[in-house]
Amino acid sequence: MALNYRDIGLKVGLEVHRQLNTARKLFCDCPTEPVESGQKIEFMRRLREAQSELGEVDPAARFEARRSRTIVYRADMGNVCLVEMDEEPPHQLNSEALRIALTFAKMVGAQPVDEVHVMRKIVIDGSNTTGFQRTCIVATGGSVRIKGKEVPIQTITLEEDAARIIETGEDTVVYDLSRLGVPLIEVSTAPVIGSPEEAYDAAASIGKLLRATQGVKRGLGTVRQDLNISVSGGGLVEVKGVQELEEVPKVVDYEVRRLLHLDKVRSMLRARGVKAADVLGQPLHDLTGLLASSKSRLISSWVLKGGKVMGVRLPGFSGLLGGGDVRLGKELSDYAKAWTGIEGIIHSDELPGYGLTKEEVDAVRSVLGAGGGDGFAIAVGPESKAREALYFVLERAAVAVEEVPGETRGAKPGGMTVYLRPRPGAARMYPETDVPPSRVTRGLLEEIERNLPPTLEELASRLTSKFGLSTQLVWELINAEAVEDFESLVNTGVQPSFIASLLTETMKDLKRSGVRVENIDLRRLHGYLKLVAEGRTAKESAREVLAYLANNPDSSSLDAVRALGLLAPTVEEVDREVEALVEELAPKFSGKDPFGPLMGELMKRYRGRVDGAMLSRLLREKLRERGIAK
Amino acid sequence: MSVSGYRGRLRDLLETAGVDVGDEVEVLTGDGRRYLGYLMSRTEYAEEGLITLKLPNGYNVGIALDDRATVRKISEGRAPAFTRGELPPVNPNLPRVALLGTGGTIASRVDYRTGAVRPAMTTEDLLSTVREVAEVANVESEVLLSVYSENMTSREWDAIARAVHDRISKGCEGVVIAHGTDTMAYTAAALSFVLQRPPVPVVLVGAQRSSDRPSSDAATNLLGALLVAGRAPFAEVVVTMHAWHSDDVIAVHRGTRVVKLHTSSRDAFQSVNSRPIAYVKEERVVVRATDLNPRGVTTYSFEPGFDDRVALLKFVPGMRGDILQLLAEQGYRGFVLEGTGLGHVASSWIPVIKRLTGDGAFIGMCSQCRFGRVNMSVYYNGRDLMAAGVTPLDDMLPEVAYVKLSWALHRANEPERLKQVMLTPIAGEVGERSMPVRPNWGGE
Repeated sequence: MALNYRDIGLKVGLEVHRQLNTARKLFCDCPTEPVESGQKIEFMRRLREAQSELGEVDPAARFEARRSRTIVYRADMGNVCLVEMDEEPPHQLNSEALRIALTFAKMVGAQPVDEVHVMRKIVIDGSNTTGFQRTCIVATGGSVRIKGKEVPIQTITLEEDAARIIETGEDTVVYDLSRLGVPLIEVSTAPVIGSPEEAYDAAASIGKLLRATQGVKRGLGTVRQDLNISVSGGGLVEVKGVQELEEVPKVVDYEVRRLLHLDKVRSMLRARGVKAADVLGQPLHDLTGLLASSKSRLISSWVLKGGKVMGVRLPGFSGLLGGGDVRLGKELSDYAKAWTGIEGIIHSDELPGYGLTKEEVDAVRSVLGAGGGDGFAIAVGPESKAREALYFVLERAAVAVEEVPGETRGAKPGGMTVYLRPRPGAARMYPETDVPPSRVTRGLLEEIERNLPPTLEELASRLTSKFGLSTQLVWELINAEAVEDFESLVNTGVQPSFIASLLTETMKDLKRSGVRVENIDLRRLHGYLKLVAEGRTAKESAREVLAYLANNPDSSSLDAVRALGLLAPTVEEVDREVEALVEELAPKFSGKDPFGPLMGELMKRYRGRVDGAMLSRLLREKLRERGIAK
Repeated sequence: MSVSGYRGRLRDLLETAGVDVGDEVEVLTGDGRRYLGYLMSRTEYAEEGLITLKLPNGYNVGIALDDRATVRKISEGRAPAFTRGELPPVNPNLPRVALLGTGGTIASRVDYRTGAVRPAMTTEDLLSTVREVAEVANVESEVLLSVYSENMTSREWDAIARAVHDRISKGCEGVVIAHGTDTMAYTAAALSFVLQRPPVPVVLVGAQRSSDRPSSDAATNLLGALLVAGRAPFAEVVVTMHAWHSDDVIAVHRGTRVVKLHTSSRDAFQSVNSRPIAYVKEERVVVRATDLNPRGVTTYSFEPGFDDRVALLKFVPGMRGDILQLLAEQGYRGFVLEGTGLGHVASSWIPVIKRLTGDGAFIGMCSQCRFGRVNMSVYYNGRDLMAAGVTPLDDMLPEVAYVKLSWALHRANEPERLKQVMLTPIAGEVGERSMPVRPNWGGE
């Protein structure tokens, strides 16, 4: 049954983050693209919670501090310096990045602030060496239009991209610093989006405008969408890190179903008379002895290592923990896992299972004193962690009786989300005292306004008229983010429509068949088209050559054409060959026009190597010379 | 509370509207923009004509207000303040360590007057944010001074030395001094000469990142310092700071051999012409050196007092010797020259040097090469300088020689006696064996 999103009061706000294609990072002179220098460094740090200027500690920061993980940083010093290592104060705000953000602001009718103040947003999961992300509001207001609806923009900010996580252990997390400090623009809309489709449209529309600035990076990992989602009566949920545009509506759909389900579970718990205080007061029980000989691999592997099996009754929760892809049981275990790092949490609605038999489950029930209406949870691991995990299970279960909580969640591929941490408050912000404010002058704004880039619609009509491309092909180019590549390849002299379809259809097709098209760089593509333009190979061979280039990143385009046997013979050779063919075969067709069969023979020999039009012209010439053709 | 940081027209505008820093306000700019937020203070050097607002989402922005702009107060705010957490509990079984605050980055927070970082936290504030302290030592803290270390003089060295001496006499098992890093090495040298063969460790500690940052090195440095103060088997005046970029190893440098070698990095402090005497790794003090003053010795002697009539001069090409003459006329009695190479200044300086030493001034020679010892016998000029009365100071660091001369001049006025004091090792400051230099690029 389709949901009526208006009735449930769905409100979605969107935050689109996109890397800027500046030469330097936001607060230092490192290049924004990785550079292999051979000089590598690895160091370890710990981060602690700190108070904001308002004298409060942020709940999200306290969450991370509680986990007190060791953070290992790796860096190739090719695009990392002491600033990213938090060993040197940040330099001035990158003016190129500021200019791009102001350009976007002007394009959406936002109002730039008069002075940009850099703030520190506390993030102590280690993704920033400083323990905070530097961020600043560049403009407020403005809007984008989607299918006749106005979506107001709240803020346009510039911020540092975070370090990339490489691996996570129980007590250690490893980051690579190359991405840290790359400028990001963040565009936040008002929470007025009312359906998954609208969320998609808004994200797509903002994405287009960002691309139109001509200042953003392209490709995988350069865009990230965060979604703020709420339905009537529930808390605000922030979903972080939706990478693909196509996932945006899926995440909204999943979250809506999750929020509605949890709301339903809450009413049922209340109807059963379950009280939060009663849930919190449940004692933990050691089930290790009881389950020591269990066939469950999860349990036996921990028991062998000296771990413990702990259990706790969830009064009145029977039948409310399980369900489809949205279920309370997952919320409890995700929550406990996020706070304690423990994996082995099982709830009663998924039992018997995990190798636990019905008899074992019954025995557990009797030890825990769990009646038919009760549920229970089991945690397996080192004793202190297992105990801690169950306290978090109880904490989350008690909340489930009271409300559908607001929280920060992470997006998983496919649209699912998982609990990450509590929502941060305003207490996480304090001024970046190392960077003086940047004045946005009238003069700068006027200059930006005079040089505004065309919108994508304007760009499309320019490309259509200049290169004679169809509207559809032009939009495919724009949507494939290939306009720049197209314009730099057109000067090879090869037909523009061919280049355009090469960059769109052919690439898409190759990608679909599993070819790693990201290996095909512009330089080699240029080289290949040059060969086509010079008649050294025929354009019919494009798909094959591109696939070869993708699979052989070290081969030049000439190597590829040669290796595939697609290098055209010289004009003289072809001429001789056609001459010989006409000499040999033409007499056999006395009376009839030999062009068709001869052309067929020539194409058999030269397909993909010599342009068909040229063969045809040559053949006609030779036949005419002999007075055979008209 | 006042509308701090605002001047002139804007101050009038805000005062008329009855708005203070921290209040919630509605601002309408002359060009029709509307903002809701909290008024923040403006820094002293910020451009006039703008206000700083904290928006409800926590961001600060600067908004220009012209004559047409209006500000309306919506509600009273509360001023930013640091709320101290609970102090760690006292554990009488742990060593008793005194923590003396003197200021600097280790005790710094955001300053709303200048927008920069300034010393503001008390030692108690610091302790309350570093809760592991309670597992390491039973700390008695006191704020002695609150100054940036570049503002320190020998008077502050003296005050710190007396406070440490006082704590030692009261039975503390170690003393930690939280100090600004810029001149921490000078203070370390000063304490090394005043507190000779102390019965307990005297540990200077600082931070390169202020304590209000999650990544501050203050906590690990402080914990390292407290461990050394409370548990180290040696009783030396030392500086404990990050050994490298990582938070896992703290280096313990001898107070007379340490230099701030980097402007901003956590590993700024390094031993020069020597190596760290110990490290703190995994909450244990790992001792490296063997020639250390053991904890609990009874030969402690307290030798306070400095004389300010001394100068440290770095010789540069083209510099004329009359600079010495000018200083001498101003009453300076002792000079440490940071000469070139093995210990040289231009030979044109010889007459003035001869004149000053003849008048009883002391002139010592160190090298401006960061590493190595002086040897004035290798070149003729060096020998001529010695003949003119310059005293080569071997492998003593120029900064340490300066501090030592200030201390020595206070107790020995007679030139020959002064020279003898300067050349006699007192706290490991002179006469180590020469070892290959580290760090270097290793022929990369």
